Amino acid sequence: MKNVIRVNNLHKIFTMGEVKVNALRGVDLEINYGEFLAVMGSSGSGKSTLMNLLGCLDQPTDGSYFLDDVDTSKLAKNDFADIRNQKIGFVFQGFNLLPRTNALDNVELPLLYDRHNRIQNSHESALQALETVGLSDRIHHEPNQLSGGQQQRVAIARALVNNPAIILADEPTGNLDSRTSIEVFEVFQALNDSGITIILVTHERDFAKFAKRIVEMKDGVIIKDYLVKDRLFASDLKNNHSDQDDL
Amino acid sequence: MKWNNIIKVAFKGIMKARMRSLLTTLGIIIGVAAVIVMVSIGEGAQADIEDQIRSLGSNMIIIFPGSSRSGGVHRGSGSFNRFTMEDVELLQKEATQIKALSPIVRSGGQVIGGGQNWNTSIYGVAPEYTTIREWKVVTGEFFTDKEVRSRAKVAVLGKEVAKNLFPNQNPVSENIRIRNVPFKVIGVLDEKGQNATGGSNDDLILAPSSTVLNRLSGGRHIHYIYASAVSVEKIGAAQEELASIMRKAHKIKPGEDDDFQIRNQSEITEAASESSKVMTLLLGAVAGVSLIVGGIGIMNIMLVSVTERTREIGIRLSIGARSSDILIQFLIEAIVLSLVGGLIGIFVSLAVIYVLNEFSDLRAIINPTIIFVSFLFAGAVGVFFGFYPARKAASLNPIDALRYE
Ligand SMILES: Nc1ncnc2c1ncn2[C@@H]1O[C@H](COP(=O)(O)OP(=O)(O)OP(=O)(O)O)[C@@H](O)[C@H]1O
Ligand SMILES: [Mg+2]
Repeated sequence: MKNVIRVNNLHKIFTMGEVKVNALRGVDLEINYGEFLAVMGSSGSGKSTLMNLLGCLDQPTDGSYFLDDVDTSKLAKNDFADIRNQKIGFVFQGFNLLPRTNALDNVELPLLYDRHNRIQNSHESALQALETVGLSDRIHHEPNQLSGGQQQRVAIARALVNNPAIILADEPTGNLDSRTSIEVFEVFQALNDSGITIILVTHERDFAKFAKRIVEMKDGVIIKDYLVKDRLFASDLKNNHSDQDDL
Repeated sequence: MKWNNIIKVAFKGIMKARMRSLLTTLGIIIGVAAVIVMVSIGEGAQADIEDQIRSLGSNMIIIFPGSSRSGGVHRGSGSFNRFTMEDVELLQKEATQIKALSPIVRSGGQVIGGGQNWNTSIYGVAPEYTTIREWKVVTGEFFTDKEVRSRAKVAVLGKEVAKNLFPNQNPVSENIRIRNVPFKVIGVLDEKGQNATGGSNDDLILAPSSTVLNRLSGGRHIHYIYASAVSVEKIGAAQEELASIMRKAHKIKPGEDDDFQIRNQSEITEAASESSKVMTLLLGAVAGVSLIVGGIGIMNIMLVSVTERTREIGIRLSIGARSSDILIQFLIEAIVLSLVGGLIGIFVSLAVIYVLNEFSDLRAIINPTIIFVSFLFAGAVGVFFGFYPARKAASLNPIDALRYE
C-alpha cells in the first residue's frame, strides 16, 4: 500500500517584521493508510504548524510534502482548496464553527463547495455524519446552544461528512473534560476502524494511547516515533467511567 | 460550487447578520432618497421661476422708439413716435427669428357699456399679441387679421373691465362705446392677475391696431412693438435681427446711434434661471454630500464586520471553498443589499416628493436621470466596500484568515 503522506525535511519560518521564528526545522515523516497517529510535544514545539501544513491550510517554507504521491509544491491555490474539500477533514482546537448557524448547516458546509458532486444527497450525508458523532438530537442547535464537547463533535462531523481519506485534528479534546474527551476518542477510533487515516495532536500521554503510533516533537523536529504497545480503547474506558460514576 | 448553493449561501449571510444588513441598506436608502429629493426640489424651484418668467410673455422682445443715449425709455409722449405701420410690416416680412409680432397703439378714456361707465386703457394690437403675452380668451374670441385689415370696430375686454361694465351678463355681442366710438365686444380675456410692475393686466381693452390708430389715437404712429422670439435660446439672435432690419429701414449708418431700443426678457430670464441653477447645484451638492456620507456609513459597516467575516472566510476556505466561491458569495450579498437599499431609497424619495407636492408650498419635480445616477452610485459604493474587504480576506491563506483579529 502507498504512503498516504510523505514529508521530507519540512521547514516553516514565520517572519514577523525583523523577528524570524523557526517553527519547523527539518521534519521527516511517513504515514500510511489506516494509521492512527498521535503527535505530542511541549507547547511551541511546532505541532500545530505541522498539522496546518499537512492539512494544506498553509505552505512550507522549504522541504517537500507528497500527498498520495502528488508533490503539493506544484499545486495551485484551487487545487489546495479541492484537497481540503475532498481528501482531508480538519478538526480545529477552537472548533471554528460558523456562528448563528445550526449544527446541520455547519456540517453540510463542506458539501456546498463539493464541485465534483461526489456526494449526492448533502442533507442525508450531514444527518448521517451527525448520527456518527451521536448528535442526532441536536441538529437544529446553534453553536452557542451546544456544550463544548457537542461543538467539538459537530466539528468532527463536519470533518468527516465528505468522506475524507484523512482526518487531521489539532488538540480536539484540549477544551474538554476527560470524560467527554473519551467520548470524542471513541468516535475517532470508530472512524479509524472504518479505514480513515487519523492524525491528531494531544498533550495528554494517556489519550495518546488511544492511537496506534506516537510521534513526539521538540523545537520543530521529531525526536521520537514509536508504536503504541498497550493501546487503550475508548469504548471500554467509557463503561469503566460510568461504572465509577455510579459508585 | 453550484450556483444555487452560492445564492443560498449569500442570502443566508444576509439573513444571519440582520443588523449589519439593515444598517448597510439604511445608509444606501438615506443616501439615495436624499439626493433624489434634494435635486427634485431644486428642479421644482427652477421650474417655478421659469413659469413666472413665462407669465411675462414667452420670449418677449419690446422695441421702443428713441435713442438709448438720450436717456431711458420714452413713453410715447407724442414727440418721439417714430414707428409706423410700414416698420411693423417690414419686420413681419423680414424677421425670421420671430414667431409673433404686434404693434402697440396706446389709448385710453371713458368706456360706456351695459349701462355703466369705466375709465381704462385701450391697446390697439395685432392678433399675434395673445401669442406674445400668452393670454387666453375665455368667452367669445379674439379678432383676426381680416378684422384688422377692415378696421373692424371690435373689442376684447379684460376681465376687470368686463366685470365692471357687465356684472351679471355675458358681454360678448354687446355694444360699448369707447370715447363715443361704438365697438362690439367679441371676447373676454382670462384673468391674469398682477403684471410684473404691480399693475393690473385685467383692466384693459384690446382692439385692432388699425381701428385704434384711425378712430382713437388719431395719428399714424405706433408706440411700441412687441415681438416673440422663436425660442428662449434665439432671443439674442432675434434682437440682432430686428435691430438690423430697423437700422436699414431708418437708414442709420454704422456708428450712428439707433433711434430705437430693443429690450428683452432674456436678461431677467438669465438672471433668474442662473440663480435657480445655482440653487439646484447647491441642493445637489448637499445631496451629494449626504450620498457620500451614506457611502462612508456603508463602508464603515462593511469594514467593521470584516473581523467576523474574515473568520467566516477562513472557515469556508479551510473546508474547501475556493477564493472565487467566497468572492461571488460576497459580491451577491453586496449587490442584493445595494439593490434593495437603492430601490427602497427610490420609493422613500417618491413618497417624500409626493408629500411635498401635496401638502407643502414646495414644488418638487422628479428627474429620472438623478434617480438612476444616485441608485448607481449608492450601489457602486455598497458593492465596492462589501466586496473589497472580502477580496482581501479571500486571498489569504486559510490559516491566516482564521487567525485574523
Ligand atoms: N502565525 C505565526 N506567526 C509567528 N509565529 C508563529 C505563528 N504560528 C506559530 N508560530 C510560532 O511557531 C512556533 C510553533 O507554534 P505551534 O503553534 O506549531 O506550536 P504548538 O506545538 O502547536 O504549541 P501548542 O501546544 O501550544 O499549541 C511557536 O514558537 C509559535 O510562536
Ligand atoms: Mg498548537
